[in-house]
Amino acid sequence: MSGSRSTGAGAAKGAATMSDRPADVRIHDFKEVDSGLSAAEAIAEAERCLQCKKPFCIKGCPVCIDIPAFIREVADGNFPAAARALKEQNMLPAICGRVCPQETQCEGVCILGNKETAIRIGAIERFVADRERENGAELPEVARPTGKRVAVVGSGPAGLTAAAELARAGHAVTIFESLHEAGGVLAYGIPAFRLPKDVVNAEIDQVLALGVRLKKNHLVGRSVSVDELLGYDAVFLGTGAGLPAFMCIPGENLNGVYSANEFLTRVNLMRADAFPESDTPVLHATRVAVIGGGNVAMDAARVARRQGAKVSLIYRRGEEEMPARRAEVLHAKEEGIEFLTCTNPIRILGEQHVTGVECVKMSLCGIDASGRRSPEPIEGSEFTLDVDMVVQAIGTSPNPLLVSLIPGLERARKGNVVVDENGRTSIPHVYAGGDIATGAATVIEAMGSAKRAAAAINAMLKGE
Amino acid sequence: MKCSDAPRRYDRPAPSGVKQLYKVESATRLADRVYEYWICAPQVAQHARAGQFLIVRLHDAGERIPLTISAVRGDAVRVIFMTVGKTTEELATLRAGDRIKDVVGPLGKPSDIENYGTCCVIGGGVGIASTPLIAKELKNAGNYVIGIIGARSADLLMLEDELREVCDELHITTDDGSKGVHGFAADVLKKLLAERTIDRVWIIGPAIMMKVTAGVTAPYGVKTYVSLNPIMVDGTGMCGSCRVTVGGETKFACVDGPEFDAHQVDFNELMQRQRIYTGQEKVSLERFAEHRCRCSEGGGHHE
Repeated sequence: MSGSRSTGAGAAKGAATMSDRPADVRIHDFKEVDSGLSAAEAIAEAERCLQCKKPFCIKGCPVCIDIPAFIREVADGNFPAAARALKEQNMLPAICGRVCPQETQCEGVCILGNKETAIRIGAIERFVADRERENGAELPEVARPTGKRVAVVGSGPAGLTAAAELARAGHAVTIFESLHEAGGVLAYGIPAFRLPKDVVNAEIDQVLALGVRLKKNHLVGRSVSVDELLGYDAVFLGTGAGLPAFMCIPGENLNGVYSANEFLTRVNLMRADAFPESDTPVLHATRVAVIGGGNVAMDAARVARRQGAKVSLIYRRGEEEMPARRAEVLHAKEEGIEFLTCTNPIRILGEQHVTGVECVKMSLCGIDASGRRSPEPIEGSEFTLDVDMVVQAIGTSPNPLLVSLIPGLERARKGNVVVDENGRTSIPHVYAGGDIATGAATVIEAMGSAKRAAAAINAMLKGE
Repeated sequence: MKCSDAPRRYDRPAPSGVKQLYKVESATRLADRVYEYWICAPQVAQHARAGQFLIVRLHDAGERIPLTISAVRGDAVRVIFMTVGKTTEELATLRAGDRIKDVVGPLGKPSDIENYGTCCVIGGGVGIASTPLIAKELKNAGNYVIGIIGARSADLLMLEDELREVCDELHITTDDGSKGVHGFAADVLKKLLAERTIDRVWIIGPAIMMKVTAGVTAPYGVKTYVSLNPIMVDGTGMCGSCRVTVGGETKFACVDGPEFDAHQVDFNELMQRQRIYTGQEKVSLERFAEHRCRCSEGGGHHE
């Protein structure tokens, strides 16, 4: 890492950081936007930590990392010890350091945030993990084999976390992954400019190095029967929320209309950005409308921008209501994405291929069930946006395929598997965590629920 | 140099996890541009049912393409495909002993097999590949099974002997009259429907052939299934690339199908969506052909 950057302390909560590459440069490639902290910057930032007696940051972390402990090691320049402290609670620190919404978690409750700025815990976490990856990783201890077999379905953040925890406890863990690559949303969803794929693969390799077996190209429910699955001593379901929602407006099946899942999968997983070197194609448009206001919408918009398109983001509420991280909104704006807020698409136009989106302006009035201002269409405000591609990023719901095939597995109305606070489902030795249990949420929340489920599975297997 | 190792200049990080490759057990050219491959893929073979498909990815830079499962033997599955684009052309260069990077399946819902009485299973062109498994399962369920297979000409017909074995009767049509009935499968079906009661019909073939043939059963109100072949990526219900309109509703062919009620399918939309990447497909194919020309000395490995 190069060391000639400003000290990291000046960044506002969740804002784009000063280590970002310039927008006019980065829109031409898929290299990481934030180039991270240097060792000197990481130490300087770590030295700001007050080492609170009762640290709020740990409570703010869904996987309960001992944040003051690892930061203390960084301040002392003892980076391997910092990595050890991190991995005690989190096997995916280079990923979490990049994609966790720290501004609403550990950094959001950092006491320093009250008078100056919170410690940049995420940036330091990332530094420690990157440093370890570059210098050779040290594996945590693995307990003696228990002889118990655990099946983990899905290799996304939840599955990887559950697998790592259970392998460390000495159980024989097999992960089943339906795609040809492990990582789930880390592989197909989050673009490389936010989460480089070598970072993801290195952390997955660490989980596998704990003795976890990975069976790719295995779709449980099809390539592995439900009976085979239930034959394991314990099962963890981490199949995620991969089912894309569509708006159900006219014109949705025109050529050139994508779900964000498809658009991002083509580029991130199938490397359509490298077509024809890579065989999978993706349409290249000149004018793209991305519908939605979450992190996935920002990702899709920024990928389309990197393909050279002029991109408009259409969101039915105001910018402050957007569920996306503030930093991602700012990154998208810096990269020239046009924001059409308080705007709702009502029809997609075109004969065979999309030629435009008819929208209506919305006024925000009242407060709806989500606690946000609720949007109402303004009569007569309809207008047409000329576009040759539309990407819908309006959310996903739990993958129904496997969970609908397991007899007796209780599901809620939205399709998620019903679990207690320890991830227990309605079937005694079957547990679930991540988006399949909670509905679409963040990487770290998935990991947190997977950790709790893994602890409960471990207790169950040990108790027998 | 082996052509199958071809345009792979695109570098990517080493894949994580256990390396598992799928061996080509045998590779046979059945007709012009039509190939029969047996691939060792135990997890697919052990669970495959009639009507399901698999997805292959040839190598790290490969795309994922769906192929119907045509037969199963031990740990191996059979696929029969026509070379229509870069990936099928490249697949056709593989020979017995070569390996495929990824095979996943069986995907999709199995055919709705019951004892209906008399069933007709129709295959058009390379769609004939899907018919033996369906016919066999229908036969095992106690049905009287009528097979109709049609192709442009006699040399493009396939699996005739195999189907004769499982079907109670087999009708053959060719567009040019070089074998069997001079005409289309739809013509034979029309005649059969006029003569006797048929309880269920399966039609598998190109979209336009399925559309036309399904039109024949509609006036008789005979429940008819077609197996749809839209563009897919993951094949597990995550991307929506394969969405089709059936009875006014959007369905994902990969998980809700691939078989649907023929009389409810919007075939025009299906055909429109099959053309999304026509431009890119041409670029990819031309690039591959160019590469093959440069290393063609080792060719001609198919009998």
